[in-house]
Amino acid sequence: MTDTKQHYVVERSTRTSRFASGAAAAIILALALAPWWAGLGELRILIEIFYYIALAQMWSLLAGYAGLVSIGQQAFVGLGGYLLFALAIFGGLHPIVALVVAGLVTAVAALPIALVAFRLTGAYFAIGTWVIAEVLRLSFAQFPALGGGSGISLPAGIVRDMAGSPEGRQFLVYWVALAIAFASIALVLALLRSRWGLAMTAIRDSRPASESLGVEAYRTKLMVYVLAAGMTGLSGGLIFLQKLRISPDAAFSVSDWTALVIFTVVIGGIGSVEGPIIGVILFFLLREVAADWGSWYLILMGSIAVVTMLFAPRGIWGLISSRYDLELFPVGRRLRVDPERRDRKE
Amino acid sequence: MQPILQMQGVSKAYGALTVADGLDLELREGEALGVIGPNGAGKSTMFNLIAGGVKPNAGTIRFAGQDITGLGAARRCRLGIGRSYQIPHPFAGMTVFENLLVGGVFGTGEAEKDVYDRCAGILDRAGLLAKANVRAGKLTLLERKRLEMARALATNPKLLLLDEIAGGLTEQECRSLVATIREIHASGISIIWIEHVVHALLAVVERLIVINFGSKIADGDPHEVMNSQVVREIYMGIEGDA
Repeated sequence: MTDTKQHYVVERSTRTSRFASGAAAAIILALALAPWWAGLGELRILIEIFYYIALAQMWSLLAGYAGLVSIGQQAFVGLGGYLLFALAIFGGLHPIVALVVAGLVTAVAALPIALVAFRLTGAYFAIGTWVIAEVLRLSFAQFPALGGGSGISLPAGIVRDMAGSPEGRQFLVYWVALAIAFASIALVLALLRSRWGLAMTAIRDSRPASESLGVEAYRTKLMVYVLAAGMTGLSGGLIFLQKLRISPDAAFSVSDWTALVIFTVVIGGIGSVEGPIIGVILFFLLREVAADWGSWYLILMGSIAVVTMLFAPRGIWGLISSRYDLELFPVGRRLRVDPERRDRKE
Repeated sequence: MQPILQMQGVSKAYGALTVADGLDLELREGEALGVIGPNGAGKSTMFNLIAGGVKPNAGTIRFAGQDITGLGAARRCRLGIGRSYQIPHPFAGMTVFENLLVGGVFGTGEAEKDVYDRCAGILDRAGLLAKANVRAGKLTLLERKRLEMARALATNPKLLLLDEIAGGLTEQECRSLVATIREIHASGISIIWIEHVVHALLAVVERLIVINFGSKIADGDPHEVMNSQVVREIYMGIEGDA
């Protein structure tokens, strides 16, 4: 029997990923300074990119890691938005404070929703989450105080008091959007690098085997669902804080807050941190170029999605990462036997 | 001494299909038990009942003195029941090493950093160290079977359930597998092993049971059981009266 004691090293980062962290820090700094180098129009597009990155990260976390294919994330976007309006109008909270509270309350509200939705699996879960979002859309149309079916605007007084000037308000919304995009990426990274990353990926790949190895699958999925709902609710609050107007149809829109998000995640690369970011940026580039093409724009988008699913099921990032063995955000664990400190006792 | 595993009158049926019919089984601590029986006899169902993948309709299951009948699979794993699946269930998107970490962390409740060395050591002994950073989905069938066992060992089990891990191996691979399982057994882990490759089984186990139609029809010394009338009837089609 060979019993050589070996020294093992587990690496949590690669050279590329260390380089990427530095680059990411520089990019974030540059983006944080955008109010000084970009115009209001560009800031508006960046805000949109940021909240789509947050939504895409959360959907990729749910579907790509926890195996929860939800098409009802608009439930949480809408909840976050409406809670922000309600808290600011009736609670008298500053919109930014209301935003944070709205995110937290959305996470709490996700618990009873999960108890219903988790009774379903696979395609039934997907449809079930959609139905729940529709129920919420119809319910919010019943509140005259919140504008009923036609919606409500954030009163001018509240908007004015948010910051010293209209420009200041745009800057504030911009920084909050950047913070939410950053937080969503940081949340996914922190989860994946922790033991929960092991649990989630294991559940996705084989639920029975993960449970046989001690993973509490139900509890883990519930935790991921609630966290994703909270972050999605926060994004929803921000979306309508920028729009200054909310209505049930806009707040609980399946095409804006889920279908489009799924599109970006699928073309970018599901089950990675890089994919959703790439997908969102690509979508905005496409939109800039092709938005005036009318229905050809939609046909182009649909064709891209179909081609990606057929020929690159793990998206653009999947192609790049497997071709060059790249990992920008370090979530893996690489085992190395350290030959220098290998004791030899025969 | 208290048995490590005790099944009393355990039954499971799906509608009219009975897959476990009043199973009684006791396993001493440190014992190695072999299980044989025809396809569809209920052997894997017995594992599902012990490991918690399936809940029985009747009967009780006790592990190390504790009634575990109502507990889920994850709780049972943490109590010390490790299992391998007949059809390997690798976590295809994770590396081989990460596959082991899942068992190492969640099967024991230890911190991730504290299980690195032990998991790497298990990989080494399972002959998978060179594949540590390969995605498990890229493994060959033989490697997947080794991974099944290695992953179960990473949970630090008191009882290891092995489900047909010798099928399809070459003679030499089979010998090394037998040696590995003997080592595991010698380290004090109780083993229940379902296997069609009988000579491998007989090289390890101290006791053999035969399952057919969801019940135990023979139980005793491996060679006596192999030579018994019931086994000859099932495996060679020899009728008792013929």
